[in-house]
Amino acid sequence: MNWFKYASPASFYPLAGKLIPYFAAITVVLLAIGLWISFFVAPTDFQQGEGYRIIFVHVPASWMSMFIYCVMAFWSALGLIFNTRLSGMMTQALAPTGALFAFLSLVTGSLWGKPMWGTWWVWDARLTSQLILFFLYLGYLALTSAIDDSRRRDKAGAILSLVGVVNVPIIYFSVIWWNTLHQGASVSMTKAPTMAHTMLMGMLIMALAFWGYTIAMGLKRVRCIILEREMSSEWIKKNAVE
Amino acid sequence: MNLFTTVFIMVRRDLILALRHKSELLTALFFFVIVVNLLPLGVGPDPKLLSKIAPGVLWIGALLATLLGLPRLFAHDYQDGSLEQLSLSPHSFTLIVLGKIMAHWLVAGLPVVLITPFLGIQFNLSGPIIAVMMATLLLGTPVLSLIGSIGAALTLGVRGGGVLLSLLILPLYIPVLIFGAGAAEAYRSGLDMSGYFWLLAALDILALFFAPWVSAVALKVALE
Repeated sequence: MNWFKYASPASFYPLAGKLIPYFAAITVVLLAIGLWISFFVAPTDFQQGEGYRIIFVHVPASWMSMFIYCVMAFWSALGLIFNTRLSGMMTQALAPTGALFAFLSLVTGSLWGKPMWGTWWVWDARLTSQLILFFLYLGYLALTSAIDDSRRRDKAGAILSLVGVVNVPIIYFSVIWWNTLHQGASVSMTKAPTMAHTMLMGMLIMALAFWGYTIAMGLKRVRCIILEREMSSEWIKKNAVE
Repeated sequence: MNLFTTVFIMVRRDLILALRHKSELLTALFFFVIVVNLLPLGVGPDPKLLSKIAPGVLWIGALLATLLGLPRLFAHDYQDGSLEQLSLSPHSFTLIVLGKIMAHWLVAGLPVVLITPFLGIQFNLSGPIIAVMMATLLLGTPVLSLIGSIGAALTLGVRGGGVLLSLLILPLYIPVLIFGAGAAEAYRSGLDMSGYFWLLAALDILALFFAPWVSAVALKVALE
């Protein structure tokens, strides 16, 4: 099978259209199961009460926000190496979802922190680096939306996301060192309490649901971007306008 | 013409251009002085508090002062077309970019380092801490210019470039800020601070190796 066949927007557009319903269906089913487990099956935590249930959204959202940034860097590298147009479109299609998950992770974390730690925000290493990741997403979105020429937008965005992904570990470790220097052990989030199996199960199912959502949304968005960019080409006039 | 000559000629050219526009030269420096001096007006004149937060304030001032000059790093040459000519030259474009970055540091970074003792006195810092601050700024500000050049190249000729540049670059400045201000903090607490200097030096080397190259690639994209 020739994978490069699908590097062309004209052949990827219908493939994406076919895949979207499957991933959307998977998302809905897994989300239903995951939420059911997290609200009704998972036992109440004896220390944290019912409030802990927000982590079923929080943890998968944090995972996804970090993972999506890596995927964006992957597409960027691919785009710069093979000069494929679709790669830039994929990166831009994923970025809003990644930013959304980063934001969701910050908000849910803050909502969780209020009853558990008694404060909305701590300058904890994880919180701070998550915030910085959110800033990196915003920078990417701002840069790509400011450039009109699509070729330059793809390449500039690719360079920025690669620079970002190289910097993420440096930023992460510097924030950890900064944190250990400045803050006493007032709040430690690193010692994860041992989890019941059902809790872990719920979290994993929710994570898979978020994967499905990311893929479905990414494909949907990439279809919009393809339509926008290839407006004047023949195949769109023939096939895509239904 | 060997490699160093290319860099040297670019540095000299950009410095001559900067010296012909003295107002631009001094803007970043005065901006730094004013930002740092605004802080006591905001948090109150308590000398103890001021000397405690001084390293962080000086570093944030240095970050912003570097940022101020960055949009102009390539903009003039881009507008009058000389950047395109430079990119067509047979000499390595990466080295030409490196020369421009070094000139930017000499104009924006070095004055900040040199004026730090005066601001340190205003903030009631002792002599050794001022020396530590100067050393970290001397190590750290080149990284700021180097990383900043990537942002300047990416936003070249883009609408809303200046604000966009700060959004792209400030998150990447965080490690420099942490290690730079951390060294002074460690000195004050009587801890070993050599680690911070090594980390800053490591960032210097990393940025020196990668940033001019990435900037050159980004400029080529902008010039296409």
